[in-house]
Amino acid sequence: MAQVTLTNVKKIYPGGVEAVKGVSFDIPDGGFCVLVGPSGCGKSTLLRMVAGLETISAGEVSIGTRVVNQIGPAERDIAMVFQNYALYPHMSVYENMSYGLRNLGTPKDEIDRRVKEAARILAIEPLLDRRPRQLSGGQRQRVAMGRAIVRKPQVFLFDEPLSNLDAKLRVQMRVEIKKLQRALGVTAIYVTHDQVEAMTLSDKLVVMNGGQVEQIGLPADVYKKPASKFVATFIGSPPMNILPGTIDGPGIVALGDAILEARDLREDLAEQTPVEVGLRPEDVEIASEGEAGSLPFDVEFIEELGATQLFHGQLSGLPFVMQAATDVVAAQAGRIWITVDPDRVHVFDVATGARLGRV
Amino acid sequence: MVEDRRLGDIIAYVILSIGVLIVAFPVWLTFVASTWDAATIINGQLPLYPGPKLFENYYRILFVGTSGTTREPVLGMMLNSFIMAMAIAIGKIFISVLSAYAVVYYRFPFRMAAFWIIFVTLMLPVEVRIFPTFKVVSDLNMLDTYQGLAVPLIASATGTLLFRQFFMTIPDELLEASRIDGAGPFRFFKDTVIPLSMTTIAALFVIQFIYGWNQYLWPLLVTTKDSMQTIVIAIKKMIVTSDALTEWQLAMATAMLAMLPPVLVVILMQRLFVKGLVETEK
Repeated sequence: MAQVTLTNVKKIYPGGVEAVKGVSFDIPDGGFCVLVGPSGCGKSTLLRMVAGLETISAGEVSIGTRVVNQIGPAERDIAMVFQNYALYPHMSVYENMSYGLRNLGTPKDEIDRRVKEAARILAIEPLLDRRPRQLSGGQRQRVAMGRAIVRKPQVFLFDEPLSNLDAKLRVQMRVEIKKLQRALGVTAIYVTHDQVEAMTLSDKLVVMNGGQVEQIGLPADVYKKPASKFVATFIGSPPMNILPGTIDGPGIVALGDAILEARDLREDLAEQTPVEVGLRPEDVEIASEGEAGSLPFDVEFIEELGATQLFHGQLSGLPFVMQAATDVVAAQAGRIWITVDPDRVHVFDVATGARLGRV
Repeated sequence: MVEDRRLGDIIAYVILSIGVLIVAFPVWLTFVASTWDAATIINGQLPLYPGPKLFENYYRILFVGTSGTTREPVLGMMLNSFIMAMAIAIGKIFISVLSAYAVVYYRFPFRMAAFWIIFVTLMLPVEVRIFPTFKVVSDLNMLDTYQGLAVPLIASATGTLLFRQFFMTIPDELLEASRIDGAGPFRFFKDTVIPLSMTTIAALFVIQFIYGWNQYLWPLLVTTKDSMQTIVIAIKKMIVTSDALTEWQLAMATAMLAMLPPVLVVILMQRLFVKGLVETEK
């Protein structure tokens, strides 16, 4: 078990493309860190640098107390689960799981004990003699995890391991990965572009964009207080509504004619400063007409999701979505009035996208 | 619709049968000719059914030899041909696998230049460079040796190209997983690349064995002793006899024998082909 520390890590490809622009954070021993971001944000490159599959252009990666920049992947004491599992197609499940240990020269009976134990944990004992092609996607996923477990590594690395599975299996495996990581107490780094996986798995969420870290924090904190407009729209589904507004006094923003109270808003901003106001669809509530602080929302159509429903329409001429319980009945189209809890109004700088919150 | 399909089937079968007849008839005629005595063939009255001299003719050609131009028994020539074909097939596979592995998996200066130089040699088959090649072989005292027969034919770009294309379809993740599993370049080659390449190796073996077995021009140049000549050359020598009757029944028996090993290789290796095609999945 070990903590992982990244200090100003950079990846510059030949030709000058900077894929990772100086990233620093650390993951405590036994922590589950999720790197999330859109494709091309550098999250996979960062993971591969920790794995030793990519060279580190600048900065330092350490696992435990050891700087691993110059150490090969096999000696870093890590195990990796790949997106397409990367099982050796010509080897049986048993051989796949034991290959790394065999290369290390581990005694046969020790290998056998560890493989059997991992197979028992993952419930793949009956599959040990099969070839990967004879397995379903979920089973291959388990074998790939088994291959990681038998090594008893300091750190687990996951590179979008669930993206090849169907939706139902994905939820199931997500829960299993979390359980397994808890049970084994191994530090984990997990790369995904799926914000649901990111929220549910992590106890340290790192949101990346354009090779830089946008925000690091507990998933709940990232959700409640997104540090930037990018994080705000990336985390949460359906994404946060962003509307143009202006500062209308301390803790007050104006959205067109309507006035909204925002509790988490810096007070040193001049009136009439243009800002962007973020409202999560799930934070919006229906109000009665003319209620103080209510906004007019022109509903155009309703999507029924079963547990909830989504109202799509326009607010001050801009597209807007709100989520409501199914017992809320509204006309299929027409104007309704909505309010938002002042604690849940997010205000961002127009130019930089940074959160204009209280310090 | 049903009747249409039946008509289609019949037409297909007729066309295929004609094709089979066209291919098989000369082979049958060769076989028939190898079972009669010389007199019957020279008469010009060769029947279309096998004659009484099957065992006699084959025994004589395998263990005794002809009475004319080439007096060595054919069994020794078959061995020569076999050694040459095996050496060419195995040597080519060995060299192409290694060079393709280097070109695909190693990053060294002038890697692409090296690949293109190999590629360009496709345009230089033995026939084109036959004089310089002969000079080199003769200067190295390799005339009338197995090395002289096989080595110049081993170098080829086709195998390298074939393996390069195949290696490029092996997912990068397998290499990365191997690196994390602590397998160095040689282990990755031995434990992953070679087992995955077995079908390609089998395919190349079949093609190259037949290529080696059927060589005519090169063995004709580098062998002078009867004891070193290959079966393909023997057939030619048996047919061209300036001052004696051609022993057609023996020449035909030799032709039949020359056909056997390539046919066997195809039949035996085809099993591996199919097995490989069904089992391998990347």
